[in-house]
Amino acid sequence: MSSVVSEIGSPSAAGEGARGYWSTVARRLSRDPVSVICAVILLAILLSAIFAPWLGLADPYQGSMIRRLKPVGTPHYPLGSDELGRDMLARLIYGGRLSLLTGILPVCLAFAAGTSLGILAGYAGGKVNTAVMRTVDVFYAFPSVLLAIAISGALGAGIVNSIASLTIVFIPQITRVAESVTIAVRGRDYVDAARASGAGPLTIMRVHVLGNVLGPIFVYATGLISVSMILASGLSFLGLGTRPPEPEWGLMLNTLRTAIYTNPVVAALPGAMIFAVSICFNLLSDGLRSAMDIRE
Amino acid sequence: MATETGQLAPIADRGGAAQPLLTVRGLTKHFPVRGGFLSRRKTVRAVDGVSFVVAKGETVGIVGESGCGKSTTARLLMHLMNRDSGDILYDGMTVGSELALVDLRRGMQMVFQDSYASLNPRLTLEQSIAFGPKVHGLGEKPARALARELLGKVGLRPDIFAGRYPHEISGGQRQRVNIARALALSPRLVILDEAVSALDKSVEAQVLNLLAELRREFGLTYIFISHDLDVVRYISDRVLVMYLGEIVELGPVDALWDRPAHPYTRALLDAMPSTDPDRRTAAAPLAGDPPSPIDPPSACRFHTRCPFAEAICSTVAPELSQLDSSGHQAACHMATPRSGHSRAPGAPPPAG
Repeated sequence: MSSVVSEIGSPSAAGEGARGYWSTVARRLSRDPVSVICAVILLAILLSAIFAPWLGLADPYQGSMIRRLKPVGTPHYPLGSDELGRDMLARLIYGGRLSLLTGILPVCLAFAAGTSLGILAGYAGGKVNTAVMRTVDVFYAFPSVLLAIAISGALGAGIVNSIASLTIVFIPQITRVAESVTIAVRGRDYVDAARASGAGPLTIMRVHVLGNVLGPIFVYATGLISVSMILASGLSFLGLGTRPPEPEWGLMLNTLRTAIYTNPVVAALPGAMIFAVSICFNLLSDGLRSAMDIRE
Repeated sequence: MATETGQLAPIADRGGAAQPLLTVRGLTKHFPVRGGFLSRRKTVRAVDGVSFVVAKGETVGIVGESGCGKSTTARLLMHLMNRDSGDILYDGMTVGSELALVDLRRGMQMVFQDSYASLNPRLTLEQSIAFGPKVHGLGEKPARALARELLGKVGLRPDIFAGRYPHEISGGQRQRVNIARALALSPRLVILDEAVSALDKSVEAQVLNLLAELRREFGLTYIFISHDLDVVRYISDRVLVMYLGEIVELGPVDALWDRPAHPYTRALLDAMPSTDPDRRTAAAPLAGDPPSPIDPPSACRFHTRCPFAEAICSTVAPELSQLDSSGHQAACHMATPRSGHSRAPGAPPPAG
């Protein structure tokens, strides 16, 4: 208690921002061992993907016809080699660059767009709400995999187009979550009190709604990252995303599928990476959800 | 006032002391409710033709059972919802034409019942209080200084409480913060919607005393909405009694308590638990729940529960009529001379 008082006594404590709620969430999250382990694994994969060129790995594009499909543990090929004799370790780490990009970027874009749309629809209500939400419902008519394939197919193969198609797939889902939490927040007395103080709708949305709806939407979006990765891998597998010889986990899964009987362990490695990253994001999202459940 | 620099100027007095601060005429709000499929649309008559005035510096209590339209009235007065009809005049000025809505916001503020729900959980207490003044153009620094000053006024040490979050303080402290937030815009009228109802009795008494002090210090006018008659009697100068969206009786608090004219008011007062053993009653003064405000009873809405109901009560709606020169009025056929009710003043004695 005394520490709280002394913190509050300092002039900086009254400053705007992240202290308080979000720092409490971070502290609670850091006390959850599962979340910490998942965060460490994800960070390791992310950092190794970003700094791949400086890790002294083999060239992920350099194949060797005489060293194809070597098993895990072969000298110079710690994780074996693929069907063209390229180093699997290098390709898995380099593959994380595109796979994580296609997992995280669409969700970030959809988070920004969906949150804005959802808050607008939820706060404005009435005709605006009907217009936005019925449009969103149209997208719900299609299963997300089919929708992603359809949009990707229409836009054409390629990494940018697959990111665009996944963004379009996720916007309706995030919009719907954002709208429902906004409607709940809008009915709270503090929003009425803000209206009674004469604030305009934009100010109220920014100061009073945004901060209170961001948490649940953020949790939901974290859970979508794994879905996005799997869909992106699926698109690559179908040839709608990344093109060979780019290393990407979904595409690697596709090209190695012929080796599933001869060298099943190596063939399963890209799948294992997708699995590990998805489950880490999902567990982290669960941890975040309970860490944010401070009150109410 | 220690810091006059960071302060919003209150709306200037216009009509002088004789001009009521708030005049409400025929305030009406009906909510449509959807019946079943293909069934007739129904309406909730939440507030139906409510008229009253609030003089400068007085405290007007509004009492009634839950669902009688007290809170709807408060929200209509605050322009938080649109009224179907009726006029609201602030110091003689029509809101929207003579007085801009944004200026009315400074002249009239509200304290809500749920102290937790009425504070944004992501803002510090200081930020919550400073929000309103900033909306009205006060700078960041003066707004914060004002917030700290007001925290002091409501009995919370600014150095301890300014940076705290709503969930870190008690219900009574939160309600003090809500009062400070309402005062931050220098209002002349504060609507207290069940502002002390959720508090412990001891905390309630402290907050009531605080409200009385603040009224003296800032020259405030209160509209005090509550279902707690003791509290209303303690703080109010005049009282309105509402039943199913209508005012059934109004008058100075002592006249109303000593000579309740409407049977509903009488029943409410009888329902108060008494500490005097001789005044205790075991019998419930009123049977049953109030009827649904969806399509309420015709004419006098109380006739379904009134022990004195006669034919006239279900056919002719009683008007508010003056009982004496103090402004004590009641909407009851028994209080209206020659209304046709057998107990009305001036009626022939009942035969037999």
